[in-house]
Amino acid sequence: MARRRGQDRALSRRIGRGLVIAFFMVFLGFPFYWMLITIFKQNADLYETENNPFIFNASPTLENLRLLFYETGFVRWLGNTALVGILVVGITLVLALPAAYSLARLTGKWGGRLGILIFLTYLVPPTLLFIPLSRIVALLGLQDSIWSLVIVYPSFTIPFSIWLLMGFFKSIPRELEDAAMVDGLTRFGAFIKLVVPMSTSGILTVVIFTFTLVTQEFVYALTFISPESHQMLSVGVPTYLILGDVYFWGSLMGGCLIASVPIALVYNLFLDRFIAGFTVGAVK
Amino acid sequence: MAVTGAPRARKRGKRSSGFGLGVAMFLPAVVYVLLLVAVPFGMAFFYAFSDARIGSGGEHFVGFDNFASVLENPTFRKALGNSFIFTISSQVLVLIGSTALALALKDKFRGRGFVRFLILLPWVAPISLGAIGWKWILDSIYSVVNWVLIAVHLVKPFDKPMWLGQPSLAMISVIVVHTWRLLPFSTVILLAGLTAIPRDIPEAAAVDGAGFWRTLFEITLPMLRPILNVAMLFGIVFTFTDMIVVYVLTAGGPYDSTQVLPSLAFFTGIQGSDLAAGAAISLFLVPLLVIVALLMLRVAHRAEVT
Repeated sequence: MARRRGQDRALSRRIGRGLVIAFFMVFLGFPFYWMLITIFKQNADLYETENNPFIFNASPTLENLRLLFYETGFVRWLGNTALVGILVVGITLVLALPAAYSLARLTGKWGGRLGILIFLTYLVPPTLLFIPLSRIVALLGLQDSIWSLVIVYPSFTIPFSIWLLMGFFKSIPRELEDAAMVDGLTRFGAFIKLVVPMSTSGILTVVIFTFTLVTQEFVYALTFISPESHQMLSVGVPTYLILGDVYFWGSLMGGCLIASVPIALVYNLFLDRFIAGFTVGAVK
Repeated sequence: MAVTGAPRARKRGKRSSGFGLGVAMFLPAVVYVLLLVAVPFGMAFFYAFSDARIGSGGEHFVGFDNFASVLENPTFRKALGNSFIFTISSQVLVLIGSTALALALKDKFRGRGFVRFLILLPWVAPISLGAIGWKWILDSIYSVVNWVLIAVHLVKPFDKPMWLGQPSLAMISVIVVHTWRLLPFSTVILLAGLTAIPRDIPEAAAVDGAGFWRTLFEITLPMLRPILNVAMLFGIVFTFTDMIVVYVLTAGGPYDSTQVLPSLAFFTGIQGSDLAAGAAISLFLVPLLVIVALLMLRVAHRAEVT
């Protein structure tokens, strides 16, 4: 009897779990599924309200993708985003790696505190800084240039990267560096020749995280840059694939999906590290 | 004596130069971030007390004039209220939803990796693009939601809801879309917290006859509290300061019914060229950010102590 009840309970729990997962998979995944379907539909099919939108009422087409790649700035925006991403990753690594090492090893107790303060600057949002920054960008003569983004983006990628790398460096045993220094390397030499090569996975994490932030950023790109050919993906797709009131829905959805999925795939691989960074040590 | 003294002195010398090296290694990063965060932050205050406009040189100090005129502006009051509605509603939805989802995903099962990838998409995809996807789903004429509702006879074809065109529906829409975007983030944070709870504690409770809900409310959730706090603090900042969902979906409309502080600051300061008023509006974000930062420091401090 008791055992039976236990089985019932286990079963109802499994069903409950299945329902919860199914509900959220539909809620969270549906927009992407919808993008995918929309990309391959003919306009005549999309814009006929009588048609069942879940099926292809006319044969699938590649026309929307052709339009996206050949007749819009999409490829330019992809290139701009990749270029800004690579440059920002470079700046972030050059500045964050030594800073994180210094805070983890050389500055003793208040390295940790300073680390937390730097982390807190990550909480200062673009929507608070974009008005003064737009002035600074104009003063530097960088308006409408992607260089404005190359300069400004590290201001939010560096703090989080320092935080991630600090945790990483702390997990490398001190003895290794001490041994290397006894063998004649300087502290800085030990950092460059020993610690950095040992930190490949930490560095990769920072690269992915920085790149993701660059592709996601919207407010600064919208504020600093107006010409279509200098746009980033995040602003170009929702702004320039719309002419007046006409939305090119098929191409729009193509732009959204193509820009989203590769990043998500890579991000997924490094998820646990980002989470460790975000939880500020509240999980051990 | 001399033989043992020399290396020790050298070691001490190295250590003190280590501190100098330490400063030299973190200074460039700190200066960079300060120049691009602290300086504009200070400038935001400066502008808010001036009459700065795009295209005009020479600002003058005007005291609290901007704040006074902003506070009298009905659009601003509307946006202030909306910001709180937007933040609180979506946070409640996110916390309930992500707790349920994290509990469901806690145990291993086949396909868990794929499910995790799928539910992570809204967080990782650029939100401006995700929001465009929703704009299509909620379109006034071609909305798939409406098509389904009509198909099951819940609404009539000539009386379709305009998801982004009616004030209260538009507010609900931006809240749901923002919930959609933040839920994955909160879920994975809670999952990390759940795996840190020793398995035997809830199991022991189950053996003692505690049901699912009792175990949840009396054991799991209290043990999860620190991590719930972290997820909530981030969620509040990401929501209260976000303008992307509103900008893409409704541009604050209809009739400012979805206008929030960040979007209003953008429309006033950048599109309307009134830097001073825009800066004054965005400064209203600061008190909440300070509170969150202090709470975050407490979380970090506790993690350091224990």
